[in-house]
Order: sequence, then structure tokens, then C-alpha cells
Amino acid sequence: MAHTVPVGQKWWSGGKSPFNVEYGKLMMWYFLMSDAFTFGAFLISYGSIRFSSTSWPDPNEVFRSFPFIGQMNVPLAFVSLMTFILIMSSVTMVMAVGAGQAGDRKAVMKWMFLTILGGLAFLGCQAWEWWHLHGEGAWWGSNPFLNIDGTQSTTNFTNYFFTITGFHGFHVFSGVIINIIMLIKTWRGDFERRGHYLMIEKAGLYWHFVDLVWVFVFTCFYLL
Amino acid sequence: MDSASTSLPHEKSEFNTKAIWRTFWILLGITVVELIIAIIYYETHFFPKHILNGVFVIMTLAKAFFIIAEFMHLGHEIKNLILTIGIPALLFVWFLIAFVWDGGSYHNLRMRYDPYAKEQSKTKVQKTEHQEEGKKPGKE
Repeated sequence: MAHTVPVGQKWWSGGKSPFNVEYGKLMMWYFLMSDAFTFGAFLISYGSIRFSSTSWPDPNEVFRSFPFIGQMNVPLAFVSLMTFILIMSSVTMVMAVGAGQAGDRKAVMKWMFLTILGGLAFLGCQAWEWWHLHGEGAWWGSNPFLNIDGTQSTTNFTNYFFTITGFHGFHVFSGVIINIIMLIKTWRGDFERRGHYLMIEKAGLYWHFVDLVWVFVFTCFYLL
Repeated sequence: MDSASTSLPHEKSEFNTKAIWRTFWILLGITVVELIIAIIYYETHFFPKHILNGVFVIMTLAKAFFIIAEFMHLGHEIKNLILTIGIPALLFVWFLIAFVWDGGSYHNLRMRYDPYAKEQSKTKVQKTEHQEEGKKPGKE
């Protein structure tokens, strides 16, 4: 589907849109690039510290709780639910973009509302996870878990976990705020008057990026 | 598609709901497979972990590809736009190799020259005893 620019055309001398996307959307892509490098720096620094450690706590031991089922041992179940919620909200976001391209204001509002609900559900899950881990004695500067080989673990594990999932959670939070603003503007008919729903597409790019980062956070903290 | 160059991409009537759901199922499927592998490993410790880690990384990159290409629609944009995002992203290759290598080198140095760190990495501690003295911030 990718189109190449025909040879011989003066694409960069003005009057044309060489990337065939609106300016704001292109700039959103470049912002997301820089944000990707911020997250990349966090995650690679985490990787660097892990490679400098002889052993590390076992995620299956640390993340094995689920709300309302007491002490039952269900490794990774809760974080899978969080992943599912975020992927699902990405789908509803794409649907909102699609409805915007069709100019269907009602449908855009419906899908944006569902996306916001998904974001809030994710944040609620993360709040529970943090609260639960804090109850077990885990926090910045405090690590109650042992390494997988039974040796004493350092606070690197909890420091990185709370910093990176916190930074990601903050992105989800700001994404929810952006989506709420987009929902209000759709409801007021701002985009209908403007004649296009490109703002929804830009908010969508940000929202998918948050999902994308979660894919990496999920692998780095819960699987590796 | 030459005529598309003058107008902004409004006439993207090719919005494909089916492709979105297909992407959703792919992402969900990969995640479920990852979890099954992780849980089987947890229960049996059957395979060497570093091979599994390689599998996890490949699956993660596959998921990232589908999110970027389909949800973020980059796979359907003009090639130059794909390149202007894709080429800078290659810096991650250097970034990752350099810093992970550095971490490994730091580990080797400590194991060779820091007897305390070496001893600590071999001393097992009792879990219950540790939890007893474990600090609980904000709980005092």
C-alpha cells in the first residue's frame, strides 16, 4: 500500500504535501519518536542494570495476585487482564478514527467514550497493583522480594518497576485527559464545523503509542 | 495515486474494520501464547530461560509491528513517511546493544574485583526472616 513519490515532481517546493499527511499529524509522529526514545532510555537502562546483576526476582512470584480472590496463586493473570483492556481500548480508538473519516459524529462519540472507559479501567487496575505491591512492602527504595536463586535482591527491581510503570501510567492518564477533551469537542460539534476529524486521528496516534509502550513494558517486567 | 498528492487524506474511504479486528486477534493471540509459555516455564522449568527470552523479544517486536502498521496506520502511509520514522528508530539497535553490553561488562568487573559483591551473589537468605525486617514505607 505504500506509495512512492514519482521521480521528477517538485514535491518540496511548496503547494504540496510530500508525506500526504496533515502537518499536525506529522508532528505528532515526530513527538512520538522523541517519546519513544525517552521510554527506550528508561527500558534500556533497566536492561543494563539487569545485565549487571547476577540474579533478579522472578516475575511469576512477584506478580501473582488478583483482586478479590485472596491468596490464590495466579501468576501474571492480572497483568494479562490489563494488557487485554489496553489492546481493546486501542481497537475502540481505531473505530473512533474510522467513524471520524465517515463523518459520523454520534459514532465518534460512542467509540471515544468506550476508549476513555478502557483507559480508566487500565488506570484502576494499575492503581490496584501498586497498592497491593506497596502492601507487600515494595516501594521506591524498598524491595521485599528475593532473587530467583534465593539471594538478597537490591532495590533496583522496585525502583525500576515503579518508575517505568509510573511513567507509562502517567502517559495513560494524559491520554485519557486528551480523549476526554476530544469527546467534549466532538460533542460540541467543533470537528463537524471544521469538516474533518483529524484531531481524533492525532489523539488516536498518541493513544496507540501508549499501547505500544505497554507491549514493551509488559515484556520487560513480566516475561523476561 | 498521483492525484492524491494535492489533497489531504480525507478520501480514505478504505477504512477497513475487518483488518482492525484481524490485528486485534493477532495481538491477543500472541499475548496469550506468551503467557502460556511463561506459565509452562514457571511450572516445569523445562527449557533454558535465555532461549525463551529470545522468543519473547521476537513476539514483542511482532506485536509492535502490528500496532504501528495497522492501528497507527503507518503501514498504509507514503514510503517517505515510513522511512522518516523507521530510519531514526534504527538508533535503538545501537542503543540497546551498547548499554546492555556495558551492563554485562560491569557485572564481569564486579565478579572479578569485588569480593563482597561476589559473596553476596552466592549467599542465600531466608525469605521469612527477610520479610520480618522488611521496611514498609508509609506504614509506620
